[in-house]
Amino acid sequence: MRNLLVALSFLPFAAALSAAFSVHASEAGYRLDRSRIDSNDMLSLQAGARTFVNYCLNCHGAQYMRYNRLTDIGLTEKQILDNLVFTGAKVGETMKVSLSVADGKAMFGAAPPDLSVIARARSTDWLYTYLRTFYRDSKSPTGWNNAAFPQVAMPHALWDLQGPRTTTIETIATETDKETKKFTGFSMTTVVLDQNGFRTEEKKLLPKGKDYHPGTQITFESPPNSDRARIAYDTTVRDLVNFLDYVAEPAANSRKRIGIVVLFFLGFLFIFAYALKKEYWKDVK
Amino acid sequence: MAGRLMALWDWFDSRMPSVAEEFRKHMAEYYAPKNFNFWYFFGALSILVLAIQIVSGIFLTMHYKPDANLAFGSVEYIMRDVPGGWLLRYIHSTGASAFFVVVYLHMFRGLLYGSYKQPRELVWIFGVLIYLTLMAEGFFGYLLPWGQMSYWGAQVIVNLFGTIPFIGPDLALWIRGDYVVGDATLNRFFALHVIAIPLVLLGLVSAHILALHDVGSNNPDGVEIKKKKGPDGHPLDGIPFHPYYTVKDLAGAVVFLMAFCAIMFFVPEMGGYFIEYNNFIPADPLKTPQHIAPVWYFTPYYSILRAVPPLFNSQFPGVMAMGIATLILFFLPWLDRSPVKSIRYRGILYKSALAIFVVTFLVLGYLGTESVTVWGQFGRWMGEADVATVVARIFTVIYFLFFFLMPWYTAIDKCKPEPDRVTM
Repeated sequence: MRNLLVALSFLPFAAALSAAFSVHASEAGYRLDRSRIDSNDMLSLQAGARTFVNYCLNCHGAQYMRYNRLTDIGLTEKQILDNLVFTGAKVGETMKVSLSVADGKAMFGAAPPDLSVIARARSTDWLYTYLRTFYRDSKSPTGWNNAAFPQVAMPHALWDLQGPRTTTIETIATETDKETKKFTGFSMTTVVLDQNGFRTEEKKLLPKGKDYHPGTQITFESPPNSDRARIAYDTTVRDLVNFLDYVAEPAANSRKRIGIVVLFFLGFLFIFAYALKKEYWKDVK
Repeated sequence: MAGRLMALWDWFDSRMPSVAEEFRKHMAEYYAPKNFNFWYFFGALSILVLAIQIVSGIFLTMHYKPDANLAFGSVEYIMRDVPGGWLLRYIHSTGASAFFVVVYLHMFRGLLYGSYKQPRELVWIFGVLIYLTLMAEGFFGYLLPWGQMSYWGAQVIVNLFGTIPFIGPDLALWIRGDYVVGDATLNRFFALHVIAIPLVLLGLVSAHILALHDVGSNNPDGVEIKKKKGPDGHPLDGIPFHPYYTVKDLAGAVVFLMAFCAIMFFVPEMGGYFIEYNNFIPADPLKTPQHIAPVWYFTPYYSILRAVPPLFNSQFPGVMAMGIATLILFFLPWLDRSPVKSIRYRGILYKSALAIFVVTFLVLGYLGTESVTVWGQFGRWMGEADVATVVARIFTVIYFLFFFLMPWYTAIDKCKPEPDRVTM
């Protein structure tokens, strides 16, 4: 009995620990930043809702999310109708998008995905990183590229909030002799994209005798004295991701609240169940 | 009040005495060994999870729509708009994994204490049938949320049947009801998941318990308690299942439910193992995910499938290996030639073999959840092969050796003498 208790009680903690201590990267290998969201921060959720309906809801829908569910995050139905519904939808309707799938395909090559459960599919860290790593790239069809999601079809919808940045992409690769196909050394290609996405490319061979790790590193540089703007943008994105996380599972907070009560109840029930077992088993020798 | 209830019971009992008779036979006068330990909770817990799944499943079908255009949305409708719907869905999704957790531990108990050995071969065979049926139930159910992993997982598994020589392609077409997994597939998988397989499962569970109650339960010492009976004709080391084991299993069930609820309420996705993240993207027949992984309870066999190299461009050898890996369980009672049942009195050979087998099963299970490149590649001296593939091949061989060498190592193993009576 004690074994069972100990063994089983570690399971959820093990899962939580492994989630907390693992470093995640996007499919493209770009290291993900921590989103540090807080599902109880109503101001953040409301700010995120504002950003969402103003910047995302034009192309992306959240077709399983009802407007009036936003009373969860401390808004009244009147506040929702006045500030968040721009489409003439009734307050009980879901957050549908007016852009049709066919139009979306024609414009971007792929219809913008529905965002109802995107935070559960992609993870909040991924969204937080993705929305902060767009960069100007004159070679892409929309003029934008992304470090976490290279060649993404989506342009940077929040660009006027983030402001201009220059991007440096450094790639270390192995070099081989063209005829013998033998390894000759490492090279570093540096691509600099200015604020308008125009690129300068430079390739040089790295000094021999040292071991390098092939791969790509992308760094961004904001104009001087723009720390305040950068922090403001990070906060905006964090709030937006917080909201997307809420939208992905609106019942998550009540789930945890109920869970605590249930576990306490089962804890008490166990005391009685165990006492009952002890009582019956007294005569088993 | 109590008198009236008794009168009602007498009225009932005089007209249908078999209810009381069956209760006595299977509960109040079913004598179980008194030395059951931790490992003996999981049979009763499996029944509990079966009940949980049936009840939560009934309520889910009231809101779920088995239609390729509506299925994904109806699951989100359950999660958001159906009162308590999220709870029902998480009960069912956590229950699915919990079912395999308790069944795997229950089967491991059989390996520990030789519960499959004579005279309990039929109990074991019904048990393996339950396990295979449960896999079918899990597989059919996993398609229903109609996410990317549902879709592509089903596509991969059905294609396995397509590798069977001659009849394969037609068989796969017959299973799907279409040339790709589609609406027809979803509809029939729904029917199989909610009616056909549960009926089979209930029948097999009844047979499993009836077969067990005919021969009596094994115990951690692996001695037959029926050999030593008291003057009243009951086994000296036996105690009535009810009330002793009902109250003990009740306490165990509460502990189990605490773990169950801790996962369900706080980490329902269990880090992507119970609910895969990719399954929150609606099924898209035109977009194959980069990495298709089945749910964790299939992954040891999925690893075996991937480990076996194709022959004449056909995956059939891998499919065969996977099939044999599960079907070989049926033969366990005859592969084991040890004179004793319990691990307590077995020699070093079986103890080591079982330990290696557990490690093998876990490693294969882990590798099945990851892509084959997870551990990188060997250098040129190994032809730059994927490390994970090589490791999976080694452990696949060990998996089969555990069974194929069993008649030999259990026969020559130096066993300790079994006691006459059970030890507490």
